[in-house]
Amino acid sequence: MRRLINQRPGRGATAMLSMLPFVLVLCAYLFYSHARLLDKPGDKLLPAPSTIAETLHRFAFEEDERSGDYLFWTDTGASLERLTVALITSSVLGLSLGLAIGVLPYLRATIAPFVAALSLIPPLAILPILFIVVGLGELAKITLIVIGVTPVIVRDLALRTAELPGEQIIKAQTLGASTWQLVLRVVLPQLWPRLIDVLRLSLGAAWLFLIAAEAIASTEGLGYRIFLVRRYLAMDVILPYVAWITLLAFIMDWGLRLLRAKAFGWAAPQ
Amino acid sequence: MTQVTVKHLWKEFANQVVLENVNLHVGDHEFVTIVGASGCGKTTFLRMLLGVESPSRGTFLIDGEPLPDEPGPDRGIVFQRYSLFPHLTVMKNLMLGLELRDSRVFGRLFGAPRRRALERARELLDAVGLQAAADKYPAQLSGGMQQRLSIAQSVIREPKILLLDEPFGALDPGITADMHALILKLWNLNKMTIFMVTHDLQESFALGTRLLVFDKVRVDPQSPESFGATITYNIPLKGHRTSP
Repeated sequence: MRRLINQRPGRGATAMLSMLPFVLVLCAYLFYSHARLLDKPGDKLLPAPSTIAETLHRFAFEEDERSGDYLFWTDTGASLERLTVALITSSVLGLSLGLAIGVLPYLRATIAPFVAALSLIPPLAILPILFIVVGLGELAKITLIVIGVTPVIVRDLALRTAELPGEQIIKAQTLGASTWQLVLRVVLPQLWPRLIDVLRLSLGAAWLFLIAAEAIASTEGLGYRIFLVRRYLAMDVILPYVAWITLLAFIMDWGLRLLRAKAFGWAAPQ
Repeated sequence: MTQVTVKHLWKEFANQVVLENVNLHVGDHEFVTIVGASGCGKTTFLRMLLGVESPSRGTFLIDGEPLPDEPGPDRGIVFQRYSLFPHLTVMKNLMLGLELRDSRVFGRLFGAPRRRALERARELLDAVGLQAAADKYPAQLSGGMQQRLSIAQSVIREPKILLLDEPFGALDPGITADMHALILKLWNLNKMTIFMVTHDLQESFALGTRLLVFDKVRVDPQSPESFGATITYNIPLKGHRTSP
């Protein structure tokens, strides 16, 4: 009998095993939902799959009576737009600041401790300040995500820059590189895949801040909808919305991973 | 014509003397090999030539000018490892030196200048026997091929001085003979001065026109850090210089 650490599943078994927890959760849901609905047909806590499908159909393919929108898609569009704008802003800010801190000792001495302190402020604690200063509009929600995500990106990329072997930096100088050329040809190209890594790790936090901001002050968005229908215990809306958010987050993560593998093949683990 | 002159050179860190009273004169187109025990300051000496350490006292002149305080294109370097750019192919690693020289703003060449740089890089690639690997990334090369590339990369800017910090230390013994032939060829071709730190005494005799031995002349067993090393032997060798 081989040790447990040396027993590995084959390809087919790996695929089956990875599906197992999903199937188990689904089965458990179907079982308890059925049991509760048998007991009390109007139960809202664990709606039947058919109820969820009806509700989803109504949200996605029928105009809302009041606004005339297809709510599911306007919610998705609004949330994704906020998330995308915020993540692009954070990437630009994080990359330029992180790179500058990593490369320039004077800048590092000046603002690295400041960024470290800033990153410790809980972003949700200053959400009221944001609402007071920039109002309740889109800017507040985007700013919240940017404030929550950027310090992490800055600090991570500054660290990654510092991790570049000193030999490389010296070699570039012996090839005549100025500071600017060093940044352009040696440091920046090596930071792109790092940026994708840290973005992937920040996606969870970005969604968290997005939904928090939407829950508090918004008129559309995935987080807004969930918190709106919570009052009516509308699990038939909340559950598919949560699943949809999870799927969107997964697709974004997968897309970033794919981009990294395609565009930065040199950085693939050997 | 490159002359390196060192007079009464001392190098001290906080509470440690690394080099004491080093005197040296190296003429043009010499191949200086440097040996010595670990921690005897030979790498510190090389780092001073490179411009990343500065002397504490004494004179250190290259062509009568004080040592620059940062690395520059007149002094090339080959480290034991980590000095290739992992995100660039072999060809682009080579071209980088030319692109940095000729394009101050973008660090990239386009059109005719790019073709000229490509041609020059290809010549050098042939000289070091890497033409078949032109489009590979450094991580895909063997250790020996990486060092060939690193050497080619260092000479493309035609430095006056080439510094080698144990360049063959991490390689299989079988391929060092090839590497020796390569470095001698480039040395005679470019007429530069080479300083090479090595652990291998045989190598230092085989390659050099001058062998320097760094060692401590005074040792205090109670506080070994209070005396530094100096050049204890400065031996002229025959070398493999081809007449111009």
